[in-house]
Amino acid sequence: MKIVSDITAIMTGMWITWKHIFRRPVTIQYPEQKRTPYPRYRARIVLTRDPDGGERCVACQLCSAACPVDCISMQAAEGVGGRRYAEWFRINFSRCIFCGLCAEACPTLAIQMTPDFEICERDIMALVYEKEHLLIDGCGKSSEYNYYRHAGIGVTQPRGTGNEERLPVDVRGLLP
Amino acid sequence: MCEDCCPDMEQTLFYILAAVTVVATVFAISEKHPVHAIVYLVTSFFALAALFYLLAAPLIAMFEVIIYAGAIMVLFMFVIMMLDLGHPENSARPGFWQWLPALLLAGATLVALGILMSNRISIPDKAAVVSIRDVAVMLFQKYGVAIEIISMQLLFAAVGAFYLGRRGKQ
Amino acid sequence: MSYDPIDIGIMFAKIALVFFVILTLAAYLVFAERKVLAWIQDRKGPNRVGPFGLLQPLADLIKLLTKEDFRPAGSDKWLFYLAPAMAAIPAIMIFSVIPFGSPVTLFGHQVQLQVADLNVGLLLFMALSAIAVYGVALGGWASNSKYALLGSIRGLAQLISYELSMGLALVPVVMLARSFRLSDIVNAQEGCWFIVYQPVAFVIFLISIAAECKRIPFDLPEAEGELVAGFHTEYSGMRFGLFFVGEYINIIVLGGLAATFFLGGWHGPLLPPVVWFSLKVLAFAFLFIWIRGTLPRLRYDQLMHFCWKVLTPLALINVLVTAWWMVLRG
Repeated sequence: MKIVSDITAIMTGMWITWKHIFRRPVTIQYPEQKRTPYPRYRARIVLTRDPDGGERCVACQLCSAACPVDCISMQAAEGVGGRRYAEWFRINFSRCIFCGLCAEACPTLAIQMTPDFEICERDIMALVYEKEHLLIDGCGKSSEYNYYRHAGIGVTQPRGTGNEERLPVDVRGLLP
Repeated sequence: MCEDCCPDMEQTLFYILAAVTVVATVFAISEKHPVHAIVYLVTSFFALAALFYLLAAPLIAMFEVIIYAGAIMVLFMFVIMMLDLGHPENSARPGFWQWLPALLLAGATLVALGILMSNRISIPDKAAVVSIRDVAVMLFQKYGVAIEIISMQLLFAAVGAFYLGRRGKQ
Repeated sequence: MSYDPIDIGIMFAKIALVFFVILTLAAYLVFAERKVLAWIQDRKGPNRVGPFGLLQPLADLIKLLTKEDFRPAGSDKWLFYLAPAMAAIPAIMIFSVIPFGSPVTLFGHQVQLQVADLNVGLLLFMALSAIAVYGVALGGWASNSKYALLGSIRGLAQLISYELSMGLALVPVVMLARSFRLSDIVNAQEGCWFIVYQPVAFVIFLISIAAECKRIPFDLPEAEGELVAGFHTEYSGMRFGLFFVGEYINIIVLGGLAATFFLGGWHGPLLPPVVWFSLKVLAFAFLFIWIRGTLPRLRYDQLMHFCWKVLTPLALINVLVTAWWMVLRG
């Protein structure tokens, strides 16, 4: 009988919802109870430094290009010894969707995401973060990585002395 | 209800409701927009139902609202909403030949009313409340055959509607 | 019958009491619905305004009153403004015929706990619920919006269809009580509730009133998933609030009627009659909330087929069987 099975189905559903009335709610009462997000949680973006204390960001614009909402902008500049850096670096957090594509795109691991998600402001312009707000004194994730040690250019060390790097070929020499 | 109401209040109520009925009906006729006309007509039915109630016929009052205001007018409105009627407020006024039947009927009603008022037929001051039991006995014993014929007709109509509305044979 | 100032005073007091209790209860029913739905979904529900969120209805009221009263372009001004009242007022008027307690004696006067004991009370309920259709229909039509119009057309068809099965489910009750007067119907159930004699009629009535107050699984006129908000899509502020409160008043009133017709009204052992009546009404309200937390929405053709092909024939057969049974028993 179809009608019997239909009524049984409805009654089963009613019984299940009845049982759920007496379950403990899974709600976390946010401002009073806070859960700690995992370390790889994607929230507020920071610019990190390398282990030597120099800025990691080389202002290559890759994060800006990867950003789907175009909230990252910067101006590249070159310092002494050919070290590139961002003259200014700006992230508009009122547009940011925290997708993490910028952090994935970054070749120097400069731009990284932190678990700090509480960045509400009353004034929307306060969500435009400049370089001095973004730059932190630390390495963030992958604390040993230093881009210039692998890059093969003579900024932090003479050419040929970096990691996994051979001496440059002497173009004036006759040996192969 | 009639017997437990002071006569002054009853009369005042009667005149108010009668005025509402007449005015709403006139608006229902003169209004060009069908939905507005329906709203006026429903107001008129409602006032009429209250009049019936004052005149000690509660059953008719309720049926007036349930059947006319609650079913027939709702069906009218359903059809008006389903069909796109364009802009009836821009349409032309009805011509003389469309007015003629209405004028004739209105004339006949007025003449009948005049005769009634000139003859001064004595109308009982207070009508006895007709109980539902009386109505039921009257319908199903005195006019039982008529009721059965009407219900057979309705049954035929329902069967016909089912026949017309059935899906095509697969 | 002469009019005593005390009688008139008691009358007004009863009306004021009914208004106050119904409106407060409707507001708290909204709160209760949010709470119970939250529990069913393993949440906590509103708990910020006041202790346990008990002042939430007040906050909602303030919010609704201070919102902009918006009227869409091209809408029909007067009908748009009138429709919410046309939806809410008949709902609260139905309560005037429901007896909510046994008669009590006050200042030496016999006072019936019922605003108006009409001899056509049941028919008045049918008439007013037929009138309530206009609020839904005109509100949606006057909004000049396609979603609202679709919602109101659905509402029209649904409400007049289910009114039929509701009316037919009440015929056996009238036959058993031999009266349209609601106090007579309640008194006829002193020994045995009508649900014992008429379980089928009770189920049909229950399903029909769920459709009449546009609750899930019959909330087609305001189906959020398909029609934004159905017939009240374009309403804001207190006009939306009237539609909303009207629905909850409808739940209370129809629950009260179901209790009156099938569960013996205010009859019950031990507890005072008013408490019994309130308990039955609240049980129906809880049942509706519970059903809302469980069942999905029907499809529109299923809704109409269910009414015309299942409920109405069943109700007719039930009437016939009851009539035969009464004739055979004499």
